[in-house]
Amino acid sequence: MTNTATEPLSVVVEREIACPPEKIWRALTQPHLIEEWLMKNDFKPVVDHRFNLSADWGVVDCRVMSVEPNKTLAYTWAAYGLESVVTWTLTPTSTGTHLRMEQSGFRPDQQQAYQGAQYGWQQFFANLEQVLARLD
Amino acid sequence: MVIRRINSPQVIDLKMPDAHDVLFRTLADPTRRALFERLCRDGELTVGALTARAGVSQPAVSKHLGILKHAGLVRDRHEGRQTHYSAQLGALAPLVDWTSQMAGFWQSRFDHLEDLLKRMDQ
Repeated sequence: MTNTATEPLSVVVEREIACPPEKIWRALTQPHLIEEWLMKNDFKPVVDHRFNLSADWGVVDCRVMSVEPNKTLAYTWAAYGLESVVTWTLTPTSTGTHLRMEQSGFRPDQQQAYQGAQYGWQQFFANLEQVLARLD
Repeated sequence: MVIRRINSPQVIDLKMPDAHDVLFRTLADPTRRALFERLCRDGELTVGALTARAGVSQPAVSKHLGILKHAGLVRDRHEGRQTHYSAQLGALAPLVDWTSQMAGFWQSRFDHLEDLLKRMDQ
């Protein structure tokens, strides 16, 4: 476990893809293309735009946080009571694009939502590693 | 924790049982999280001992403990007129599961994305 204060709960998936960033960007930002690989949606690449991703199992509530065409895209991802942020990063390579997706729960900027908290999520997860170690 | 899996396709959907939902919602409240964290740190405590440092009233603490108990995060033990609470660490397992479920979910979505990219502009 590499639980750190800045990256408490995080999923990273990355791949080398033999396509230019511009093409991948279209697949990440055009609703009819997003639907083909992710879910039905009403996405727009506009900061603060709220959208839903829907599937037969339920709906994910999202809000666009940042858009930098062909480079980065970030949106919040709220489902099943858990707030997280999904960040896409596209880096050109000699053969195409390095595509990286990071989904992080409970980021420091989200703690603003819990003002007045005696303990923030950060401290909670800083201790969680020790707690989970005792489960083994 | 960071879970990295490169190119290991896996089909999984995102559906989570209600237990996950209950766990996340229960721990989303800072007062409850603090109570749970204190029980993790200090071991078994009475309602009175928890109230002394909780910053809220005893009825409020009892209510929060009831919700924690419902989520399986604490267990109570009655001894005379006192109720002792202890943390149930095993109940945290879904938080760990969340990362592995989401990793599997995104791996399968990446597969679909790559398939789509092959079909585009042809």
